[in-house]
Amino acid sequence: MAVVFEKPHALTDAVLHYCPGCPHGIVHRLVAEAIDELGIEGKTIGIAPVGCSVMAYDYFRCDMVEAAHGRAPAVATGIKRCMPDNVVFTYQGDGDLASIGLCETVSTACRGENITIIFINNAIYGMTGGQMAPTSLLGQVTQTSPYGRDPKTQGYPIKICELLSTLDAPAYLERVTVTDVKNVKNAKRAIKKAFQNQIEGKGFSLVEVLSACPTNWGMTPTDALQWVTDKMVPVYPLGCFRDKE
Amino acid sequence: MAKVTFNEELCKGCGLCVAACPKQILALSKVRLNQKGHSPVEMTNQEACIGCAFCATMCPDCVIRVER
Repeated sequence: MAVVFEKPHALTDAVLHYCPGCPHGIVHRLVAEAIDELGIEGKTIGIAPVGCSVMAYDYFRCDMVEAAHGRAPAVATGIKRCMPDNVVFTYQGDGDLASIGLCETVSTACRGENITIIFINNAIYGMTGGQMAPTSLLGQVTQTSPYGRDPKTQGYPIKICELLSTLDAPAYLERVTVTDVKNVKNAKRAIKKAFQNQIEGKGFSLVEVLSACPTNWGMTPTDALQWVTDKMVPVYPLGCFRDKE
Repeated sequence: MAKVTFNEELCKGCGLCVAACPKQILALSKVRLNQKGHSPVEMTNQEACIGCAFCATMCPDCVIRVER
């Protein structure tokens, strides 16, 4: 019998600390599969963010650096410029990349640094207990928007792919999700392409993954993924926003 | 003939694999708990498994290994 599916080598044997049904585990695996398939495990350097995925440094079998909150793209810039032969990626959530780290994100994209960013958008702050994120949907109830997000006082959701697509430098911007098998396979393709772009020297590549937070949304894991499909995808349309040849 | 094995101690009983299975032959255990207190997933009908690995694709914790 041939093995159809097993844990990728680039993931360590550490037990993931994420809540039951958290799609972080799926995306971690997709990143690890991309590293395995491209044969870059020995020369990959990852940057872990602050947020739920803060302990991502324990989960990937490659060198990892922990950046200050939101500063992962700046750290990645430094590492990539010093060690251009290595493959450098950051793995960031929406509180990290779209809120406190928005300046670093936009500046790094604007410079077109040759790095790969995996951006997990689940429309809420997970680790700190479910506060409103810049990516929370209008009307979404969170700990800090108990009557629903009101655009008059709390503004509108930030759409990172659309925002960055106004810049000239980024090479690759795509939004995917992991709500079902078809979308997971599509997300895998996009993540692998983002790494491939860096190896080919094409420049800044960012993949936004629409994800769920069953715990802080107060839903079962399956209901949470359905909510992504029903509520998030209409606001954050899936697709490729930039793909430079 | 497909073979699916579970690393039960890693399972958190989230049920994403149960929802993804096209043959509907996975279920969360009603009688057992793993060491962390979760109800682990179980195969209810190994003969019917087609080895599509949809369950493993949706599993966030790499619990499932599929052979075919």
